[in-house]
Amino acid sequence: MTINLTEMQPSEIGLVKEIQGGYGFTKKLHSMGVRPGKKITKVSSHFWRGPQTIDIDNIQIAIGFGMARRILVEVER
Amino acid sequence: MKTERILLIGNPNVGKSAIFSRITGARVIISNYPGTTVEFTQGKMKLGDENVMIIDVPGTYTLEPTCKAEDVACRMLQEDGLVINIVDATNLERNLHLTLQLLERGIPVIVALNMWDDTKHRGICIDVKKIEEHLGVPVIPTCGLTGEGIKELIGRLPEAKAINLPASSDSQKWEKIGKIIEEVQKLTHRHHTLLETLEDLSIKPLTGLPIAAGVIYCAFWVIRFIGESLIGYIFEPLFGKLWLPLLTKLSAVLGEGSFLQHILIGNLIDGKVNFGQSFGVLTTGLYVPIAMVLPYIFSFYLILGLLEDLGYFPRLAVLADNLMHHLGLHGYAIIPFILGLGCNVPGALAIRVLEERREKFIAATLMAIAIPCMAQIATIVGLVGQRGGRYVAIVFLTLFVLLILKGLILNRVLKGASPEILVEIPPYRIPQAMAVIKKLWMRLSGFLREALPFVLLGVLLVNILYALKIIDFFAYIFAPILTNLWGLPQEAIGALIVGFLRKDVAVGMLGPLNLTTKQLVIGSTILAVYFPCIATFVVLIRELGIKDMLKVTLIMMLVAISVGILLNLVL
Repeated sequence: MTINLTEMQPSEIGLVKEIQGGYGFTKKLHSMGVRPGKKITKVSSHFWRGPQTIDIDNIQIAIGFGMARRILVEVER
Repeated sequence: MKTERILLIGNPNVGKSAIFSRITGARVIISNYPGTTVEFTQGKMKLGDENVMIIDVPGTYTLEPTCKAEDVACRMLQEDGLVINIVDATNLERNLHLTLQLLERGIPVIVALNMWDDTKHRGICIDVKKIEEHLGVPVIPTCGLTGEGIKELIGRLPEAKAINLPASSDSQKWEKIGKIIEEVQKLTHRHHTLLETLEDLSIKPLTGLPIAAGVIYCAFWVIRFIGESLIGYIFEPLFGKLWLPLLTKLSAVLGEGSFLQHILIGNLIDGKVNFGQSFGVLTTGLYVPIAMVLPYIFSFYLILGLLEDLGYFPRLAVLADNLMHHLGLHGYAIIPFILGLGCNVPGALAIRVLEERREKFIAATLMAIAIPCMAQIATIVGLVGQRGGRYVAIVFLTLFVLLILKGLILNRVLKGASPEILVEIPPYRIPQAMAVIKKLWMRLSGFLREALPFVLLGVLLVNILYALKIIDFFAYIFAPILTNLWGLPQEAIGALIVGFLRKDVAVGMLGPLNLTTKQLVIGSTILAVYFPCIATFVVLIRELGIKDMLKVTLIMMLVAISVGILLNLVL
């Protein structure tokens, strides 16, 4: 099923499906390695709509809550 | 081939500065977090018989600028030169994207596969020959920190080639990279190392927050312990047993009441030289920076360097993100604040890691008002601490409350929203002793070179201003504010004047005034708030522009006046 990044559980694994946003935003995420088809692991999610951390190719990235909501992920549940 | 300019270009935190420092021998700050280098740094090396300019460019993910640091990188590329593309060997895919963009620009490129030593224990096996074939330019495995591969890199610089790849779209590039990686890189399975387990623990909120509290507490405790020990066992005895007798003799030779005695030794307190209160260039002028401030600068930068090289701060930034959002900033703004605790100048420079004008304005205002530098902290601890630890706590608590309140207010008042954090978190690396010592030495010698002359100049200036009765004149003019609103004696104006130059000297000047504890607390707090030192001010004008800086200055004055009044009423 498709959910957004903030809805993933810690240590859940998923495939990036779509990044919703403008050119600059998607471009920046792509260049940091977050792009459709990539396998990501959710590491943690901080309280009160805090940043989400993910692991992608052995690199950890912290993404603000609002941005993370615009990253759609395919997970098996 | 003839080249005069070599650019070091790569993603953030891949070790560009480490390689820069290896090649040029130049001293630059190297830390384990993205955004250490915010401005390009130049250095020189000899290549054959020629002098070549080497430029360390701030890290960038793409050649289409998305933030100011990246913009710098892109502008540097407009001019000709050779590019050493530094690639993080542990994260080939993302790094090669930038490499392909460089190759399309038609610039001569040579690739350094940096962090080579890390690939081994991360279970990554890379076929260097094959990458070379795919890219068509020389590829050399390197390790900036140990210096491995640097000689070969320099030796093969003449082989750098411009290969003019035809322009391709992003997706075509990713596809190409996918193919390259499949052929050149093999991953072997391995277990989580201890450091990686720690990485996970310190980023998860339930374990991360207690760890952060522990790290901050321990850091402060250790900084205080080292600072106090150095003062008590080394600097106090040094000044008291060796320097004092010399000065006493000198004072007698100069003759009491002479002009030179007044400038160099200052006032004798009960007929004796007093390092805290005499206020001569050779007495208080040397005592404040060396015996009061230097020990704390040493211990602060030692701990800062260790935490920087470990890679802890980006994690702290993520944990603090929520709080910082209420102040109109995102978590990464904690980095300029932490650096500002050492010295506001590098803190002000680090504000560049923030993208938007609104954030920069808020961060600059908060730092200028509520983040005292280590020199100031040390003198406050030294002076106010004599009256009891809780008074020191009142000063710092007031500053902290100011930080939070001002952030909350600015966030409400200024149009726009706080942007979100988007940052790469580097892996933990064990800090290397030599690297930490080198960085510490750079920062200490920087302090002695840049701060010490200012302190001596400040003390000299004070004495001259006193002798010419200029301070008395200002004291008379500002007496209404000082005495009526803040409850300070009008002589305190001298400290406020010197505070523009150096905050540590300014706080020290409160010493000889025989203030009550309440006055001392108010004076120290106002000195921290009312204006940044001139060095910080100049940097902030450059970073924010004169118009925004005038606004910041106005806010500072208003805050200083109100805080003084409030403390005067409450305490």
